[in-house]
Amino acid sequence: MNDWFLLRIPAVSQNESFARSVVALFALQAGDWSVTELNEIKTAVSEAITNSIIHAYDGNAASGEIVVQGKVTPGALEVTVTDFGQGIGDIALAREPLFTTKPHEERSGLGFTVMESFMDELTVSSVPLQGTTIRMVKYLRATTVQ
Amino acid sequence: MGFSTRYRGNILVVSLSGELDHHTADELRTALEKELDKDIARHMLLDLSQLAFMDSSGVGVLLGRYRRIHAQGGKMAAYALHPNLERLYELAALSRVIPVFAREELAVNELKKDEVPGR
Repeated sequence: MNDWFLLRIPAVSQNESFARSVVALFALQAGDWSVTELNEIKTAVSEAITNSIIHAYDGNAASGEIVVQGKVTPGALEVTVTDFGQGIGDIALAREPLFTTKPHEERSGLGFTVMESFMDELTVSSVPLQGTTIRMVKYLRATTVQ
Repeated sequence: MGFSTRYRGNILVVSLSGELDHHTADELRTALEKELDKDIARHMLLDLSQLAFMDSSGVGVLLGRYRRIHAQGGKMAAYALHPNLERLYELAALSRVIPVFAREELAVNELKKDEVPGR
């Protein structure tokens, strides 16, 4: 069984679909997720990667990279999304529902809210001008732990 | 993502399929703005039966169109919400501004409910 993966991709929007599909395929090996849970995982990953493309590299996404890592731990799936961009100045503010630095671009400000709601754990660490790592964990329901 | 548009009187019906994310959002935004610029549509109705994935970027696009439709005195609705979208729809409280109906006819009835004849 493959219990981890590492994916390194250019920070371009074409890769959003690819990255969340990889995570979903990997997650399927970790256990018997429901369709709803798999969709929650895909959505949360999509939010993290979109944030990196839009905010971390802010217009220079093509030159940036995103690293996605997946790990299976007993009873859980752990996904981290790392970028090497400008970092988040105020993490607490960024995590507030509906907060966005780009309202004129029709950003809903729901990215972190989705990640928090659809996953069981969310950790955000960021260093200005060095990058951001989002760590997300989703627990397998007790009945489906393998 | 795929989409098609058609008109039912002054209702622009937009059928979405596939995955609506940050990458595909721009394309949809541009196409819908172009359609709205024709000044035919007063209301917008979304067929979400084939849209199997949407994230908050999709929410942003839908809310952006809602603002425009609402500003011109129209309404927005959706029908046949794909089960994969239910949690996001609820989390974003989208149904407050874009209510969901089981079938197209029910949604059309709602959109036309307060219609004043003449437009």
